[in-house]
Amino acid sequence: MAKAVKIILAGEGGQGVQSVAEIIAEAANEQGREALYIPNFGVEQRGGVSVAYLQIGDEPIGAPKFLTGDIVVALSDRAVHRTRQYAGPETVFVYDSGIEGVEDAIPTNAKKVLPIPAIEVAKNELHPRVFNIIIMGAVIKATGVVPEQRAKDAIEKKLGYKFEKNPKLRELNFKAIDRGAELVAGAL
Amino acid sequence: MADKPIQGEKRVFMTGNEVVAYAAMAAKAEIMYGYPITPQNEIMHYWTRMAPKYNREFLQTEDELSAGFTTLGGVLAGRKAFTATAGPGNTLMQEPMSMAEAMRLPSVVVVQQRGGPSTATVIYSQQEVTMTTLGGNGEGLRVVYSTSTHQELFDYTIKAFNTAWKYRFPTFVLGDGYQAKMRESLTMYDPEERGIELLPAQPYMGKPGTPGVDRPPSQYRNTYNVEEELYEVLQGYFEDYAKMAPEVAEYESFGVDDSDLVVVSHGVVARACKEAVKELREAGVKVGYFRPITLRPLPEKQLREAAEKSGRFLVAESAQGQLDRLLKEALFGAKVEMIPMYKPGVGITSEEVAARVKSVMG
Amino acid sequence: MSVQPAMPKSWRLDTKPHKFCPGCGHGLVLKALGQAIDELGIQDRAVFGCDIGCSLLSWDFFNVDTIQTHHGRTTPVVTGMKRANPNLIGIAYMGDGGGYAIGSQHLVNAAARNERITVILVNNTQYGMTGGQMAPTTMPGQKTETSPYGRDPEKTGYPTQGPEMVAAITKEGAYVARGTVANLRQLKGFIKKALENQINGGGFSFVEALSTCPTNWRTNAEETWNFVEKEMTKYFKVGEIKVPGPRQEEGN
Repeated sequence: MAKAVKIILAGEGGQGVQSVAEIIAEAANEQGREALYIPNFGVEQRGGVSVAYLQIGDEPIGAPKFLTGDIVVALSDRAVHRTRQYAGPETVFVYDSGIEGVEDAIPTNAKKVLPIPAIEVAKNELHPRVFNIIIMGAVIKATGVVPEQRAKDAIEKKLGYKFEKNPKLRELNFKAIDRGAELVAGAL
Repeated sequence: MADKPIQGEKRVFMTGNEVVAYAAMAAKAEIMYGYPITPQNEIMHYWTRMAPKYNREFLQTEDELSAGFTTLGGVLAGRKAFTATAGPGNTLMQEPMSMAEAMRLPSVVVVQQRGGPSTATVIYSQQEVTMTTLGGNGEGLRVVYSTSTHQELFDYTIKAFNTAWKYRFPTFVLGDGYQAKMRESLTMYDPEERGIELLPAQPYMGKPGTPGVDRPPSQYRNTYNVEEELYEVLQGYFEDYAKMAPEVAEYESFGVDDSDLVVVSHGVVARACKEAVKELREAGVKVGYFRPITLRPLPEKQLREAAEKSGRFLVAESAQGQLDRLLKEALFGAKVEMIPMYKPGVGITSEEVAARVKSVMG
Repeated sequence: MSVQPAMPKSWRLDTKPHKFCPGCGHGLVLKALGQAIDELGIQDRAVFGCDIGCSLLSWDFFNVDTIQTHHGRTTPVVTGMKRANPNLIGIAYMGDGGGYAIGSQHLVNAAARNERITVILVNNTQYGMTGGQMAPTTMPGQKTETSPYGRDPEKTGYPTQGPEMVAAITKEGAYVARGTVANLRQLKGFIKKALENQINGGGFSFVEALSTCPTNWRTNAEETWNFVEKEMTKYFKVGEIKVPGPRQEEGN
């Protein structure tokens, strides 16, 4: 029996890490898998590093939080500092290659450290708004927790009403999934 | 107007607070009274969105004292009434719930524990165990269910209304910030379609007929003039409680018969313990798992058996020994070593439990 | 053969004589309330909540369904009943400590929400049951167990103007008055109007009743009446303060 895949997503408020975690969790649930997602939350309505804990498996999930992630994704310098504690010998540590000055904070004990140019791709190729969807593509490719099509279905479910008005948005989001997947495909 | 928010069975994926709101709907709760406090707020948010559609009521009060006492007013008027709170709100809630104990008012309170003492954190803890089981200036005449999964939050919120109205003791569903905010799957259902009878509420006040003419007046007090009067009333309550205890006490356990150590926990921490114990057992470690579902009353008989068989309990909780204290009282005289694993206000992972068990067992 | 004074129909005869001290004003306020209940014919749907303090001794006073609550918490209990079953006529009965001190947040917020309940607050200028301590309503210079040299307004403020406060925070539809046990006909009229306002779905209704406590005041009959009629009215003006209708909103 395979153990649940443990995922940490961390970024600044507004980077959309919680939406990504929620959409992946819902996609997995739709597929009939077990998923558990919990955000960190505190007294600040805004500000602070936003961390999402996500687990996906085929058996009921145990504790909602965990010590070591199978994949840890950090999207800002503060997020790198905050999440390095979740890296272990089996961890793939992903961070945006555009983050500067964090060389010393990147965990040295991770199985693999993977810088990806998600911010750059979002800005130059797609649209800054789909930055988090690129991350989502990267996470599902790296973990295989849900097929890409399932992720797209989940996005459709969530944002379908917007896509109806502007079909180009759908294309943009789906492209972002594909690009995110490509960013990690070569590196893994 | 549809009268049932849930028809048939439905697998859903949502937060625990949303689950509680749906469960209270499914239990045919008629009115919620509440005051904002994190991490229970979304129970009110979901309830207020659904309430007008299903002919239910809501009142936002000025504080938790008022939320508790208006809940008692709702019960007195013969409605299934409930409230939800946490932390310092739970502290205030103890005053109305002591009145519920004194007057046998079947109120239901959902508690989503947060860090303590004081304002502490809005996040999570298991530090409201002592207060929820034994709070108020009384004797703990109440039922407390400690849930572990969203499925249980749904099941036991429904059950809480039945327990309260059957035995007429205030009943608590003890969750926590993790359960409140996390999302996982569960199956929601209409309890009556599953054959679960929902006990009807009955009015204490405002019954049909003119008091003194058609019937005696219904008059309730919690104040007594002489010591003996109070003593006598309480003896009746203790008798009722003792009779009820074995009927409502619930637990979950495995591997206690062949183990040298049993991990005891409750609520969300039990998820970590269950996972850890399962893995360790698969690896051949002789360790067992015991989890009281009711913290008040405790499943005393089963606890003692587990204690005497294994001789060692590892008590894991996100508090500084609040569960442990309850266990020790229940186990007094039993030959069992109690090994603490306390992380007050902080979550406990299965990795940590497994590591601790290994270090204890050598 | 002794002659019994006429008692309201809604009184519970088997619990009389009542438990209040000789000279206490509670019996008079409850008489006015009993008469109002009789005249309105609401004995079958009235629910009576009493507080802690001497008011709790009214827990078996009427042939009316009754709940004796905690100190200060009668307002939310009655609010909860009324919200759950709007057909009931909710009456919350309390003293000045219960309404203006420990339960003031409930009074303020129930008034601000315009809860359709009737609050009757008995003002006898001190805490009776606990043995005569200073209350929010204690008069300047008045000696109590916790102001043995007389209440000093510089240190402890002036007597709470309860009805004036309630009138200020309620919107149209509310009824607010201050009566006195020294004028029972008028007090009954105020209580009746307050209950009618609830029956008509108007809004929050509040009557403060100036009352007596010879036990803790340590006064004889003459001094007692003098205090409630002459001294208390210096600070507590008797009369209707707010009656339903938008006209009253203008104020001046």
